[in-house]
Amino acid sequence: MSQMFKHRLAWPLVTLLLLLAINAAFNPSFLHLEWRSGHLYGSLIDILNRAAPLVLVSLGMTLVIATRGIDISVGAVVAIAAAIAAWMIGGSLVVSNGAAAQVSRFPMWLAIVGALGAALACGLWNGLLVARVGMQPIIATLILMVAGRGIAQLITGGQIITIYYAPFFFIGSGYLFGLPFSVYVAAIVFALLYLAITRSALGLFIQAVGINPGAARVAGVRARRIVVGAYMFCGFCAGVAGLLISSNVKSADGNNAGQLLELDAILAVTLGGTALTGGRFSLVGSVIGALIIQTLTYAIYSLGVPPEINLVVKAVVVFVVMLLQSAEFRASLRQLAVRPAHGGATR
Amino acid sequence: MDISTGAPVLLLTGIDKRFNGVPALSGVSLRLRAGEIHALLGQNGAGKSTLIKVLTGVYAADAGEMALAGQPIRPASPLDAQHLGISTVYQEVNLCPNLSVAENIFAGRYPRRGPAQGWRIDWAAVHREARALLARLDIDIDVTQLLSSYSVAVQQMVAIARALGLSSKVLILDEPTSSLDDEEVKSLFAVLRRLRGQGLAILFVTHFLNQVYAVSDRITVLRNGGWVGEWPTADLGPQALISAMVGREFAAQASGHAELPAIEATAPALLEAEGLGQRGQLQPVDLQVRAGEVVGLAGLLGAGRTELARLLFGLARPDQGRLRVDGVAVELASPADAVRHGLALCPEERKTDGIVAELSVRENIALALQARRGVRNTLSRAEQAALAERFVKALGIKTASIETPIGLLSGGNQQKAVLARWLAIEPRLLILDEPTRGIDVAAKQEIMDEILRLARGGMAVLFISSEMNEVVRVSHRIAVLRERRKVGELPGGSSEDAVYELIAAET
Repeated sequence: MSQMFKHRLAWPLVTLLLLLAINAAFNPSFLHLEWRSGHLYGSLIDILNRAAPLVLVSLGMTLVIATRGIDISVGAVVAIAAAIAAWMIGGSLVVSNGAAAQVSRFPMWLAIVGALGAALACGLWNGLLVARVGMQPIIATLILMVAGRGIAQLITGGQIITIYYAPFFFIGSGYLFGLPFSVYVAAIVFALLYLAITRSALGLFIQAVGINPGAARVAGVRARRIVVGAYMFCGFCAGVAGLLISSNVKSADGNNAGQLLELDAILAVTLGGTALTGGRFSLVGSVIGALIIQTLTYAIYSLGVPPEINLVVKAVVVFVVMLLQSAEFRASLRQLAVRPAHGGATR
Repeated sequence: MDISTGAPVLLLTGIDKRFNGVPALSGVSLRLRAGEIHALLGQNGAGKSTLIKVLTGVYAADAGEMALAGQPIRPASPLDAQHLGISTVYQEVNLCPNLSVAENIFAGRYPRRGPAQGWRIDWAAVHREARALLARLDIDIDVTQLLSSYSVAVQQMVAIARALGLSSKVLILDEPTSSLDDEEVKSLFAVLRRLRGQGLAILFVTHFLNQVYAVSDRITVLRNGGWVGEWPTADLGPQALISAMVGREFAAQASGHAELPAIEATAPALLEAEGLGQRGQLQPVDLQVRAGEVVGLAGLLGAGRTELARLLFGLARPDQGRLRVDGVAVELASPADAVRHGLALCPEERKTDGIVAELSVRENIALALQARRGVRNTLSRAEQAALAERFVKALGIKTASIETPIGLLSGGNQQKAVLARWLAIEPRLLILDEPTRGIDVAAKQEIMDEILRLARGGMAVLFISSEMNEVVRVSHRIAVLRERRKVGELPGGSSEDAVYELIAAET
């Protein structure tokens, strides 16, 4: 039992289960799953579905953080990808030969490639600023965080672009084999990344670069390429998340799409047990972290916490969770419990 | 001076210390007398560092007694130990490079002036006293300059000056000479002798046996965490000392020239530098290394040896000259390029350029080979483990398991693991930058034997070391650097004096 709690994922899992239990206690139908018209319905499915974009961005963020970096531009990249997809698809109703058909501006595959390509380019930009120019990661990505919103608004012309093209809606709100399609997207990206990390030397290189970039370089690891690659993957993940979000809400809002997503993603990575100092990282942990955040958000809404204080509640919960995950804090709690008020022993 | 009388100022008896149940020290004793220089010796992992950390309050002993001037003590922290009068200068310089020399010396205990128990720092006194302290070390520098503007050697002197400033009864020097050149060592020893005359008890940890005999009065030897014995230095000859350290009769170290197959002077060069230089770092250098040849690179600290190694390995870009591998001109943009041409570099700075501390011994050993194979051509975990096990055995790396984070190993074993990382790629030319620095006699011998064995097998070696006897012993040729330029070459087997003469020639 005590061995179990030493596992690095033990505390994130306990936190997630605890949040689910709280939800279930206050909302009897929370765990209820129902098969309705070929789809699985229920709160748990809802959480999975809504967590998909955050899971994706958190995966990318995990790699960047593992290389000692951080990417605070992911929210803006989400907005750019969403704007490009929305503009390239657009969509209108055309009646030909008496049949109504929805027509997109460009073929949908081209729009998806365009959006993801732009997201990759954003990641490349960040990666080059960090690895080639040598900027501090937070400053380098701050540039795109600010400028990216502007770019997204240029694309949308400052308006919210609405999409009128039903096939595109499948990505963010369609169902496959009873489960939301977005869940599959997140699961596939996770599975591919997990395989790449465990079956190739990528994991070793990323950790070596994150722990000691100098030594990794001397050992012949192409450290800069690894760093640039991590930022590009992070950008790509944000792009996919942008597609999911724009498809789900059937529009693109340059100003608000992916707002504050970067902070939730950093939080998810941290909750999952990856240290911000780089090096050792956990992909599964980041997924659990993202689910914790989404479950918490769900709980706040379903428990009817007044909207004006829900950010405060979220902050308090996150604060407590972080404290409980800290081994030092737990140790000092234990000491307090074992030797209460034994002052003077420590100086 | 009679050092055998007088009660010890510091007395340790029966010290035990375990880490996770593994004994690091068991039943260790130490007697330091006022006015003596006491050498603490032992191989890597013998427990020297642990003993010093117990002594300075970094670790608490599990059992045993400590007494300072007859009073039992139990230092709870390094600060506590300092207040008791036990000061330490560590192997790595523990100062703030971004503060001035004087600030470093007095940080935390500035002389104050003014009312209310001195509400402001007396900067004039800070600078005056810093200069005075450094003058005791025969060093005259501008104490208002940033520490980082001085060489490591000077920084080490500043660290000693900082320790001297405290009203010490006991001064502990953990390998103080590992980054000092001969002149600096001499002046350090002069200072130590003077401090000894003032009644200070000095504990001196070193791997240089000649220094032990040059300066120490007494020797305590540890082995595998246990206490072996204490002797007056005069009564313990080098052979007996090494036997005490390694626990077996030790074959007299080969003093003659190592037997390496001769290399034809006309053989084509594996690596050839022609006028290779970098402005401000290294004047143009010509150098050739042939297959199976060991070329020594001699020179004092700061002579440009490391700079040359960095240029040859793609860690720095030359702005003049050419580099050829097998007669073909190459440009090395990164170490990865150099590795592709079969070069390897065991760097001088183990902590910053060598180990990846939080990764396991297995991952550290596999890193360079995996990097050369690329991301996709993966070594399986079993292959990595087999590789690591092989080198752990071959080089005698002492580690609990190959999954132990390398940062937890002792310095010598870390160095062996970094060497293993490079041997794993079977390089054609191995550049060794101070491979035996901070390593005990037995490990040093093992590393040198391994290198010579590989050289016999056809690997070329560029050997950089401050230990001139090693350079002279193993090299086919010795290239001598002085003040960032190559001043000549000597054949292997030349006397140390010949090398020093070339180093010291017309300035």
